[in-house]
Amino acid sequence: MLKSKTFLKKTRAGGVMKIVREHYLRDDIGCGTTGCAACGGAHEGPALEPQPQDPASSLCPQPHYLLPDTNVLLHQIDVLEDPAIRNVIVLQTVLQEVRSRSAPVYKRIRDVTNNHEKHFYTFTNEHHRETYVEQEQGENANDRNDRAIRVAAKWYNEHLKKMSAENQLQVIFITNDRKNKEKAVEEGIPAFTCEEYVKSLTANPELIDRLACLSEEGNEIESGKVIFSEHLPLSKLQQGIKSGTYLQGTFRASRENYLEATVWVHGDAEEDKEIILQGLGNLNRAIHEDIVAVELLPRSQWVAPSSVVLHDEGQNEDNMEREEERESILKTAVNEKMLKPTGRVVGIIRRNWRPYCGMLSKSDIKESRRHLFTPADKRIPRIRIETRQASTLEGQRIIVAIDGWPRNSRYPNGHFVKNLGDAGDKETETEVLLLEHDVPHQPFSQAVLSFLPKMPWAITEKDMKYREDLRHLCVCSVDPPGCTDIDDALHCRQLENGNLEVGVHIADVSHFIRPGNALDQESARRGTTVYLCEKRIDMVPELLSSNLCSLRCNVDRLAFSCIWEMNHNAEILKTRFTKSAINSKASLTYAEAQMRIDSTTMNDDITTSLRGLNKLAKILKKRRIEKGALTLSSPEVRFHMDSETHDPIDMQTKELRETNSMVEEFMLLANISVAKKIHEEFSEHALLRKHPAPPPSNYEILVKAAKSKNLEIKTDTAKSLADSLDKAESPTFPYLNTLLRILATRCMMQAVYFCSGMDNDFHHYGLASPIYTHFTSPIRRYADVIVHRLLAVAIGADSTYPELTDKHKLADLCKNLNFRHKMAQYAQRASVAFHTQLFFKSKGIVSEEAYILFVRKNAIVVLIPKYGLEGTVFFEEKDRPKPRLVYDDEIPSLKIEDTVFHIFDKVKVRIMLDSSNLQHQKIRMSLVEPQIPGISTDISDMDINEPERKKKKLQK
Amino acid sequence: MAGLELLSDQGYRVDGRRAGELRKIQARMGVFAQADGSAYIEQGNTKALAVVYGPHEIRGSRARALPDRALVNCQYSSATFSTGERKRRPHGDRKSCEMGLQLRQTFEAAILTQLHPRSQIDIYVQVLQADGGTYAACVNAATLAVMDAGIPMRDFVCACSAGFVDGTALADLSHVEEAAGGPQLALALLPASGQIALLEMDARLHEDHLEPVLEAAARAARDVHTLLDRVVRQHVREASVLLGD
Repeated sequence: MLKSKTFLKKTRAGGVMKIVREHYLRDDIGCGTTGCAACGGAHEGPALEPQPQDPASSLCPQPHYLLPDTNVLLHQIDVLEDPAIRNVIVLQTVLQEVRSRSAPVYKRIRDVTNNHEKHFYTFTNEHHRETYVEQEQGENANDRNDRAIRVAAKWYNEHLKKMSAENQLQVIFITNDRKNKEKAVEEGIPAFTCEEYVKSLTANPELIDRLACLSEEGNEIESGKVIFSEHLPLSKLQQGIKSGTYLQGTFRASRENYLEATVWVHGDAEEDKEIILQGLGNLNRAIHEDIVAVELLPRSQWVAPSSVVLHDEGQNEDNMEREEERESILKTAVNEKMLKPTGRVVGIIRRNWRPYCGMLSKSDIKESRRHLFTPADKRIPRIRIETRQASTLEGQRIIVAIDGWPRNSRYPNGHFVKNLGDAGDKETETEVLLLEHDVPHQPFSQAVLSFLPKMPWAITEKDMKYREDLRHLCVCSVDPPGCTDIDDALHCRQLENGNLEVGVHIADVSHFIRPGNALDQESARRGTTVYLCEKRIDMVPELLSSNLCSLRCNVDRLAFSCIWEMNHNAEILKTRFTKSAINSKASLTYAEAQMRIDSTTMNDDITTSLRGLNKLAKILKKRRIEKGALTLSSPEVRFHMDSETHDPIDMQTKELRETNSMVEEFMLLANISVAKKIHEEFSEHALLRKHPAPPPSNYEILVKAAKSKNLEIKTDTAKSLADSLDKAESPTFPYLNTLLRILATRCMMQAVYFCSGMDNDFHHYGLASPIYTHFTSPIRRYADVIVHRLLAVAIGADSTYPELTDKHKLADLCKNLNFRHKMAQYAQRASVAFHTQLFFKSKGIVSEEAYILFVRKNAIVVLIPKYGLEGTVFFEEKDRPKPRLVYDDEIPSLKIEDTVFHIFDKVKVRIMLDSSNLQHQKIRMSLVEPQIPGISTDISDMDINEPERKKKKLQK
Repeated sequence: MAGLELLSDQGYRVDGRRAGELRKIQARMGVFAQADGSAYIEQGNTKALAVVYGPHEIRGSRARALPDRALVNCQYSSATFSTGERKRRPHGDRKSCEMGLQLRQTFEAAILTQLHPRSQIDIYVQVLQADGGTYAACVNAATLAVMDAGIPMRDFVCACSAGFVDGTALADLSHVEEAAGGPQLALALLPASGQIALLEMDARLHEDHLEPVLEAAARAARDVHTLLDRVVRQHVREASVLLGD
């Protein structure tokens, strides 16, 4: 083994420092071709096929490998990921450049490399004796890397020729850099641009659409007018950020107004602050989630966040006059106090582009190959793509990736990636919302399934070693109807000393999911089970979630039990945790359990147990509320599905029974007990859940709203908030209290998981508990699995493992879990919204009573209690005379013509599905009562059975 | 900004070694005529010089003399120019004292001190260039120097460091790998018996991982032994040729 040294010098900021690093060159690195005699197959893992069966290329008919350079990898990863492209050599030089330039692409290329079918091989050229090149005097790093790539390509060609001359194997260098290509051809390396090569693949014409369009000539046809100012180079931005002239932050586009965005500046010393950006020019091609540098505008140009709702509806081309007119709408009637720091984007520090779901808006010109794509997410601008299959893609949900945004183009350029299916189709829409919310939903892989227990499964002697046998106890579970993943069961019995023994038994998922294996990794990645209206995306495979872990009745199941001894005042005398085996005697629904408790005739074990639990739960709840726990409210919707078509046939808000709160109370108690225990045992790496107190400014809207109804809401502590919410009743308006609670819920912060060693604020604001965690739903939440493992170690029932006691790994895990939970919530809401649309599509038009939740500048947001549905009523519609609107921000109220709308006012609205825009089907609401001439719609002149006419009427 | 990738998917480290491979080792014995024993070693870019005096009478306070064995006195220093940024104090700081103590422990275990009661053996080690694994280089240099001085030892003392990255144990860490901040273990081994003269680690590492890391360090220490053995034999051969003439 040859080792030789090269010295690399580097200077760092501050003084000049000489850094010497060793660099070993080896002669045992294989070329990656299976069965290469010269290299002796000195490598494992994916390798190149000796006889590549590549798709026929008209440019290069003989068998060949591809060798792309960095830019091809960075920009054309979509093409490389296609199954048609195989046998690609990825150089270490290229991989490292990709790694430092784009983490997502790096991850994708690694995934591709690990896929054996693709035959991608990573060649460690920098450490190979014959392909290492040293940086020459006056040569910059980029040129050196380009040269290194060419040297490697040349070596490969010579190596392959030596290996088997008759095979005529070739390595084709793919680069988009014209100079690099010329040099390569000079050196005798067959080289093509990516476009040339892909176009030569006559058998796969669909690949052309997936090409990222970076070619310059495409943009020249566009209007020569420069719309945006130039982005500053990164070095200048960094200088500016250092000196304080620019601020760095995350760009967040507004959902409601495409001309407005905010930038979250995360400074280390000062508080996070928000900068408003308004107008296309100031947004300067930034896209949602990008990390950008902004420059603050002088105070005279500061604006207030507008309450206008604006959607980009301009058809196809760059009509700048209209934009300017629209921008001026934003700048009306500003109150001095409302002005917020305003800025403009000067440069992009890091793009955070991902593939977007959406639909094609076909160009009006029939032969045009360039079309606009409208993403499903309203915060993403429309994207111009080039495709030949526009007519087939029309009406389909597709995925598109952004390639770039030139200065003279109104929209970014992108390319087509994938077709998902017909829009409006339930399957497709579900796929879209899962993709948009980044919910992993592929079926479980074979590797994951291989870690499942073999069926038939039974409890063995070994399983019982650290377990208590609690099968004799009268345990039962109470869940919503149709629940198949039962993760909790309860029991309650009288002890001989007169005290009560209460047990919460949780499915022992950590018994089946062992740390570190593929099953564990997959469930950690998914983080949570996602419940959509008609479908459940499981976190663990179904065998576990609905069978082995589910605590069904009359079968032996493994559980993790938390057992308290309580007196009749629900005071805990003793707490005990143990792994156990249980046999549930009954799986009840909330309604069944309630019926048993209420019935006078039933007196069996289960019923008395339930009554005992119910009694204790009431005391526990009372005590909790006295401590200042909040009872909040959010409208939740339930659909009744048609059993065959799975279409929603009815929609109602969820009902709450006493038994719901009974189960909830004991789950809270178990969680708190477990949190205390694991924090006691592992003060540095307990996984806990906290709910920070919201900043007082969050409550502003709630206080204002209450004041308008002559009520006072105190928000200094959770306790006073809870009390004042309880008192806020109006005899004439019984629904007011619920509305206030809904508003209060909106003021709250998000509860999050965290690792106890990384934080010192543990308080759970909503539950008024000093410490809290999640223990009770390990089948559907990964956090609970970790908590189970921690607790098992704490009581000596299981052994520990490295990652469990590493607080940084745990903190990373928490970050993922928090993200997944948030996304799951969003996906759930999106699913409800979609089913609401389906429901109203079948239902036709209805008029319902509603309450105003928020008042905006040109619209009101209303809540319909009957369906728990929230919607926006617009008062400005295009092609209609604009009504006189007066918005008062202080109260807040909106005056339209002569009618004034306040928050909580009762109105009557008409609900209908607006399918005029197939991209975004939406529920459209319009005002019926109070009647405002010219604004509200009149019921009498509508014919309920003719949707066609109605639409016309609305749009007139 | 992506940090440095210490171990690539293909199994190569930053400098091109595989996980269990050592850096290039070169050593010479008898580099100074004045001292009783001396040696110089290069492990990659880490370079160390060791000088041994003794056994001789106790210098300074006689009270320090041990009735049943020799006193081993170790001093460690590192040259001001040994690191990237110039050092202020070449010796006498906390780190040097600690290193001196560790060396002393190591060599008390290896040298047959009971053969020289009431006497003293001085071992001075200086690091000329530090590129990770200074302790290991010092021990290896000192072993050769002690042998050069003809002081009887139980066995070679061979030392090597090991680290742990992404579930893989890395042998003989370079400065870059040490600076990345993972756990780092130093092991001094008596290769013939497999006894451990010194084991030192001051980072958190889960107990399950300790065994592979220890195993990697021990294997590397045995490799070092093979190399040092070759150096000693070569030196003896050369010396005997000179004597024979």
